[in-house]
Amino acid sequence: MADPTALDPIYKTDALIAENIDAYLELHQNKSMLRFITCGSVDDGKSTLIGRLLYDSKMIFEDQLAALEADSKRVGTQGGDIDFALLVDGLAAEREQGITIDVAYRFFATEKRKFIVADTPGHEQYTRNMVTGASTADLAVILIDARKGVLTQTKRHSYLAHLIGIRHLVLAVNKMDLVGYDRAVFDSIVEDYAAFAREIGIEAFTPIPISGFKGDNITIAPSDNTPWYEGPSLIHHLETVEIADTAAQAQSFRMPVQWVNRPNLDFRGFSGLISSGEISPGKEVRIVPSGKTSRVKSIVTLNGDLDVAVAGQSITLTLEDEVDCSRGDVISIADNPPQVADQFEATVVWMSDEAMIPGRGYWLKLATQTVTATVAEPKYEINVNTMEHLAAKTLRLNSIGVAEVTTDRPLTFEPYSDSRTLGGFILIDKITNATVAAGMIHFSLRRAQNVHWQALEIGREQHAALKGQRPAVLWFTGLSGSGKSTIANLVEKKLHALGKHSFLLDGDNIRHGLNKDLGFTEADRIENIRRVGEVAKLMADAGLIVLTAFISPFRAEREMVRSMLPEGEFIEIFVDTPLSVAEERDVKGLYRKARSGELKNFTGIDSPYEAPEKPEIRIDTTTTSPEAAADLIAERILGVWTPDL
Amino acid sequence: MQQLTHLDRLEAESIHILREVVAEAQNPVMLYSIGKDSAVMLHLARKAFYPSPPPFPLLHVDTTWKFRDMYALRDKMARESGMELLVYQNPEALERGINPFDHGPLHTDMWKTEGLKQALDKYGFDAAFGGARRDEEKSRAKERIFSFRTATHAWDPKNQRPELWNLYNARKNKGESIRVFPISNWTELDIWQYIMKEQIEIVPLYMAAARPTVERDGLLLMVDDDRFPLLPGEEPVMRSIRFRTLGCYPLTGAVESTASTLPEVVQEMLLTTTSERQGRVIDKDGGDASMEKKKQEGYF
Repeated sequence: MADPTALDPIYKTDALIAENIDAYLELHQNKSMLRFITCGSVDDGKSTLIGRLLYDSKMIFEDQLAALEADSKRVGTQGGDIDFALLVDGLAAEREQGITIDVAYRFFATEKRKFIVADTPGHEQYTRNMVTGASTADLAVILIDARKGVLTQTKRHSYLAHLIGIRHLVLAVNKMDLVGYDRAVFDSIVEDYAAFAREIGIEAFTPIPISGFKGDNITIAPSDNTPWYEGPSLIHHLETVEIADTAAQAQSFRMPVQWVNRPNLDFRGFSGLISSGEISPGKEVRIVPSGKTSRVKSIVTLNGDLDVAVAGQSITLTLEDEVDCSRGDVISIADNPPQVADQFEATVVWMSDEAMIPGRGYWLKLATQTVTATVAEPKYEINVNTMEHLAAKTLRLNSIGVAEVTTDRPLTFEPYSDSRTLGGFILIDKITNATVAAGMIHFSLRRAQNVHWQALEIGREQHAALKGQRPAVLWFTGLSGSGKSTIANLVEKKLHALGKHSFLLDGDNIRHGLNKDLGFTEADRIENIRRVGEVAKLMADAGLIVLTAFISPFRAEREMVRSMLPEGEFIEIFVDTPLSVAEERDVKGLYRKARSGELKNFTGIDSPYEAPEKPEIRIDTTTTSPEAAADLIAERILGVWTPDL
Repeated sequence: MQQLTHLDRLEAESIHILREVVAEAQNPVMLYSIGKDSAVMLHLARKAFYPSPPPFPLLHVDTTWKFRDMYALRDKMARESGMELLVYQNPEALERGINPFDHGPLHTDMWKTEGLKQALDKYGFDAAFGGARRDEEKSRAKERIFSFRTATHAWDPKNQRPELWNLYNARKNKGESIRVFPISNWTELDIWQYIMKEQIEIVPLYMAAARPTVERDGLLLMVDDDRFPLLPGEEPVMRSIRFRTLGCYPLTGAVESTASTLPEVVQEMLLTTTSERQGRVIDKDGGDASMEKKKQEGYF
């Protein structure tokens, strides 16, 4: 038996509060904080356990308890006894169904620690919720029903907790009261679990036999019912495990810059949350990615300057030198900066009903950096029940895969196993703005490290200057048969007549050559546009005025091409022809084929066209002739150039 | 190794959230209700942006029925923080003389829920900080820190954006907005401890003093001004009272208490047996799922 006083947690000692509030406050002023998640299947008693922790720590007030007792009688599942689960299940819909459907956060405290509990659901379709809850946790409590043993769900939860980098796992074998507190049952479950844990690379876990309902080994261990158990109580363990932030202090200093503080010309501070290490005035730091170095002048706070600041603190730094530094940069210790790359291998957890589209541009947010990123077809998908690798073309809601991620600009990063802050990212749909995925970087791909940009002596300015023009990409978009090619042709003739160097990329022509391997699925259409965008960009770099005539139905891809080019060089021209008019013209007979089902994925018929929201130029072909449209476009373009000629 | 306390870490998290919003939103605002949670949130904002003043205005959605002490502190804090104070009163509620004595739930609906929506629309704010905490109420325990609202200010609890690590997605389309709760993870005890540690000024009504009161429908109400209609036989009685939460004075129940210092208030809070929002009338309309329903309608 361990020292009984050490195993007797004092949550909230009423006597001390009543007698000496100042002493009590002093005691509680210096608590640390631990975040953990509880995961289990629907009937493992997860909500009951959390309800029990709140109840034992007296975080439940009398009026809540009265309501709880009344609810327990009305809808409880414990035969009229207090149903702790009712305390925790928050939203009206799920109280009726008796299940937890989202991530909920609960709070309780002992004298040593404040705890934030993420309560995450056990249903298969809610992998995304568990990953969300686990992302901020230092520890995971994996609940097992002693009567059922290690289930598929247990393995899934453990795998996810391990994947998200949780280093402390507790195996809480619950409902021990229902198996007569039988040691053999407990030992056999622990043995089963240990075998599985080894398989997936979990190095250590802490098994505890408990009853959330009866309270065994929750606050005091061993309970009278489990004299054979020699380990800590659940609470004692939670009070003593190491906190991730504290561990991060031993690593090199990094602070992603959130905001530049400039109240006046004399003060320039860089604000951010320190993700690892510590910093003090005088230390030499490096701004990444620029590589510029300086020294820390001061750490400024409202309560006075600090001598030192550590991982987990939000601070404002000033530097000795006037170096360029803004949101998205990372200030790091000078001699050991983080890496920079634009191509990675990463684990991606898909969280949206809409499946991933390989090659589509998504916003990627990592620390304070936001860039455009594309995800390639996954190398494999992981079956979270069996850990098998499966072949996959895409990722769907709640699926997890490993894939290459490419960004349009270099990212400052670290492998996720070294830093959650600089290795974890989210993907955001550019149209709906929904968070569609979470990712964890494994490493940068060699390609990105070794293929350096060739520094060219003759740059785009020189090319353009020789031609006496400003390069541009005139991007014609619209339905099939809207008149894109006709108008683009006329515009090019005018430019040619004026001595401008131009080139027209036409949809059909490109598909006969460069893109002849592509079909008309959504993924192929995106790749089609990506290649055309890259070609157009090279031509613009060569100083040409590029005209492209592609249906290019998706807004996200047009925006992707726009972001490849310098500001103002991408000119989106919406050839606006109503579907009924285009279909009536049906120059190539394609609409007829699409209507008869002969042609699949035809834009406007069984594939969507997303009209531009703010095109630079809009041509209404029902009121403007192709010649008039060409005049208008040439005039707009030349109007822009005239001052330079 | 420096062991950060729970207050250090809560403070760092809140400051991080405040800065993310300022960096990513076009037109943020802080909803300021003058209560202790608002006081902590405002203090955190001053720390987050020091030596600059917080780069957004304070918005008080007023009902005209707050305690007089609250109005006094509001004006003082606006001056001290160097922030612009916007006070918004729903003109329709003002014109119709909506009040808590005659209009019941309509009072909250028009002044607060409608008033808030109108104010946000009027100034075109795309991000609004609020001082709600997850430990206050069950539906809040499941709300995100960045809580997305449609163009009609509706909240859809089934369709919340997943919130991973400390990466917040502040992107939205035109007309949509986000409510941001920087002190989501604070508990009532954390708030009090922080107020003591940082010596944050709060409305004196949180501390016990002799005040004129009447007892009505099981609530102890303070007669804060002469608009309080006394029923036949009702006579204000001086009692030593304080408030656990502050709202419109005719809707906020006091507790009898002699706790006149912060430690005494915390002592009482810890030994007390009723939860915080019990003194407020509004949560009880519509029974169990009351707050969730209000939130879906656009209440903060």
